[in-house]
Amino acid sequence: MILQFGLILFFLAVGEFVVWLTGIPVPSSIIGMLLLAASLKIGLVKPRHVERLSNFLVHNLGFFFVPAGVGLMNCLGLIADEWIPIVGAAVGSTVVIIAVTGWMHRLVRKSMARKHTGIRINENSIEKETEAL
Amino acid sequence: MIAEFLNNKFFLLAATFIFYLGAQMLQRRTGIKLLNPILLAIAAMICFLLMFDIDYKTYQAGGEYIDFWLKPAVVALGLPLYKQLSTIRKQLVPLLVSELAGCVAGIVSVVVIAKLLGASHEVIMSLAPKAVTTPIAMEISSAVGGIPSLTAAVVVCTGIFGGMAGFKIVKLSRIKSPIAQGLSIGTAAHAVGTSAAMERSERYGAFSSLGLTLNGLFTALLAPFILHLIGVY
Repeated sequence: MILQFGLILFFLAVGEFVVWLTGIPVPSSIIGMLLLAASLKIGLVKPRHVERLSNFLVHNLGFFFVPAGVGLMNCLGLIADEWIPIVGAAVGSTVVIIAVTGWMHRLVRKSMARKHTGIRINENSIEKETEAL
Repeated sequence: MIAEFLNNKFFLLAATFIFYLGAQMLQRRTGIKLLNPILLAIAAMICFLLMFDIDYKTYQAGGEYIDFWLKPAVVALGLPLYKQLSTIRKQLVPLLVSELAGCVAGIVSVVVIAKLLGASHEVIMSLAPKAVTTPIAMEISSAVGGIPSLTAAVVVCTGIFGGMAGFKIVKLSRIKSPIAQGLSIGTAAHAVGTSAAMERSERYGAFSSLGLTLNGLFTALLAPFILHLIGVY
């Protein structure tokens, strides 16, 4: 377990270092995630080295957001005044993002498949291919 | 005095765990999806703090130990991401294009809806980056003149909503490919959506974490520019 903690925190520290060095507006944790995936890819780190802690953290991600959510209490007045636009925009835009991302993904895949094969593929063949992945 | 002890950070830390566990148990017992443990724990904690007149700063002395694990948890998403690398490489173009579309649509739609419903300028700016994970969102919010603490709260609530309703929205929009489903939930609902996707299967989770990563990157780079283009910043 010490190794697992050490590795995850090491990649986070490297991410922090990259941000400190370059000043890029990307969180250190995202850089750490990409570096961990890259190190696993080139075999520097084996999946079993991080698996136990990683599974624990990933499966309990929601819990770690609780203190940030409690921060709501700091802006209760503002929310009371403007709760309709806040809730409306948050819910509406979440639906828009999901639909647009999913539709665009299908559109690009379909048009790419057509270009490569010269024939129009239908939804079912995409599903079959996706399942086989 | 016992009321003074309630300000103890270890007590507040333990209370957070207990509220969350209680909420989790309630959801399992009743089987009601709407009783989201994250949401319930937040609500219970806020009620508790208000009732005993404890301020957020005092709470955070304990809460920051939970907050701390957000970053390592995002790093840990590198493992499921690694497991899906070959699929990602095969689909690089569709993934990048759809992600870019989702990012732009997200920022534009949230601003337009908030404006139509009459939100004030600083609330609009606080809402703009709400689809991405807290650290990025708070950073953007303060850069464009929003209120970072409001942003953090809205980010968490958006995540909870996306995690609860994401698979229903995906179904209603007839998005069938599991890759697109995972991707769009991660794009809209960052890490909280990803943990919901992870409950389905690791593959959904991996594409969801890809969605949260790409949207985080795109939003961090493009948000000020997009907000400027649509004339609110």
